[in-house]
Amino acid sequence: MFESTLVNQRNDQVQKRFKMIFGVMLVILIIPVIIIISTLIIKGSPSISWPFLFTDPTNGMTEGGIFPALFGTIWLVIVSLLASVPLGVAAAIYLSEYAPDNLLTRLINLATINLAGVPSIVHALFGVGAFVVFFQFGTSILAASLTLAIMTLPVVIVSSWESLQSVPRPFREACWNMGATRWQTIWNVVLPNAFTGILTGVILQVSRAAGETAPIMFTGAAMFLPFLPNSVFDQTMALALHLFVVATQVPNVPESLPYGVALVLVGIVLLMNTVAIWIRMHLRGKKKW
Amino acid sequence: MNPSHANTFDARDKNWYLDKGFEILMFFCGISAIVFVVGIFLFVFKEGMGFIIHDMNLGEFFLSPKWRPTSLNQPTYGIMAMVAGTAAVTVLAMAICLPFSIGAAIYIAEFATGKTRETLKILIEFLAAIPSVVWGFIALSIMNPFIIKTFDVPMGLGVLNSALILALMAAPIVTSIAEDAFKAVPDTYREAAEALGATRWQTIYKVVLPAAKNGLLSAGLLGVGRGFGETMAILMASGHSINIPTSVFDSFRALTATIAAELGETAVGSPHYQSLFAIGIFLFFITFLINMTADFIVRGVRKG
Repeated sequence: MFESTLVNQRNDQVQKRFKMIFGVMLVILIIPVIIIISTLIIKGSPSISWPFLFTDPTNGMTEGGIFPALFGTIWLVIVSLLASVPLGVAAAIYLSEYAPDNLLTRLINLATINLAGVPSIVHALFGVGAFVVFFQFGTSILAASLTLAIMTLPVVIVSSWESLQSVPRPFREACWNMGATRWQTIWNVVLPNAFTGILTGVILQVSRAAGETAPIMFTGAAMFLPFLPNSVFDQTMALALHLFVVATQVPNVPESLPYGVALVLVGIVLLMNTVAIWIRMHLRGKKKW
Repeated sequence: MNPSHANTFDARDKNWYLDKGFEILMFFCGISAIVFVVGIFLFVFKEGMGFIIHDMNLGEFFLSPKWRPTSLNQPTYGIMAMVAGTAAVTVLAMAICLPFSIGAAIYIAEFATGKTRETLKILIEFLAAIPSVVWGFIALSIMNPFIIKTFDVPMGLGVLNSALILALMAAPIVTSIAEDAFKAVPDTYREAAEALGATRWQTIYKVVLPAAKNGLLSAGLLGVGRGFGETMAILMASGHSINIPTSVFDSFRALTATIAAELGETAVGSPHYQSLFAIGIFLFFITFLINMTADFIVRGVRKG
């Protein structure tokens, strides 16, 4: 009674063919990631060792390790987090918990989209114009970190907003009915429930900030510095810029060195992303609502 | 109501003031995004203003292919060649990236299920996480020899290399926005089509794709925005010589890369320094327009 007709069979075949075509397209997108990561691992892993991670570059950066760059990247990321996380989470709290549906809120959303879309080199120009020249921080960790913080702010705002929104409204209503103020509700009920989601966004921001080169090039990162920074007003080396320098600016670099630097950088970034994904999955499993 | 009751309800105690205080604080943090976007424009404009008023010749700036800011007798500031190069690469990159990304998005959104779908999304996310400078390094060390060998050309840095790298960089963004666009199509549309006897592919082709059209358009636009704004990868992949590219193997120079390569060598306040900020203003406006249009298209759909 329900035997498939010729038309049905032909339609099914067309569908199978298209499914395959799209599958192949997807695989073609994913293959480069696998090729790239495996090439980096094959060519970069011979140069990675404890001394590589924990000694200074020597001999015009053609030998030695990457310690100052690694150390500098950690500095830059931490200082930028200190600036962008409180600001970004607070902005998300405003948008999610307070903001009425009006023109201003619409403008804030547009500004967030635009902030994320401004090219990284324009952020660099802003960093030079505002922090280095106008506020006279000079080329320093502070100027570079603030530039990074503004650049990655949309990441924090959007991901925090999403996790605040995922806290069900009845949680808030129950709390208000107990006589709590808005802020008490946010602090004691909404934020603890959104915490893991916000953490995921922060980790993704770390991954993004660690990999950026253009915004820090002229605001605080130096190509080579023989000493470690002592305060936020010093310049520093940074891993991403170090990769650019050893790949393009320094002559006679042994091939394995830039591969090693690239592998460490990609390793840090992908590790952060894996942690974020793991937390997200863990969170999804635990959610009771 | 008796006055003593009114007093108990009007409890302007510590918590009340704390609540008000935090509301105001959150408000000021909330508008920070607006402050920064305006701030970026003002500060970049402030640094570039001197050039725009004194040295810039609007016709020369946009129409001359000659960028010779360091020439002693007669410096010329023309960004035409860079705009042409950037545009050519962006168009080529989108031509490569869009079909694959949309195909991949259709597979993820409409065919894949459960664990497969999660894994695929994670892999796409990894692709998005690779930093721009690493892509540049890949362009130099993997793609460059590959293009030289495959096409038997003297240099592998140029339009083709940059476009391939840019296509790979933009792919995860375009894919995830396209996937969102498919997800935004209500399931009732699909159910209605399948109830009429349509296969899944017929449903996608006749129902889902037309309904997601605007979302896909804005995904493409954001890809274009990414192409215009990408800096480090293009700086390393383009060959960085000023040239209006005539073939896909030609070297070119991008607007962003010019700023990145030259800002470090200029004296603060010199016309050359200011001209780089003028390019920055131009880039700011282009990406601003692209992002606004993309947002407008998506929002138009949600309302309609």
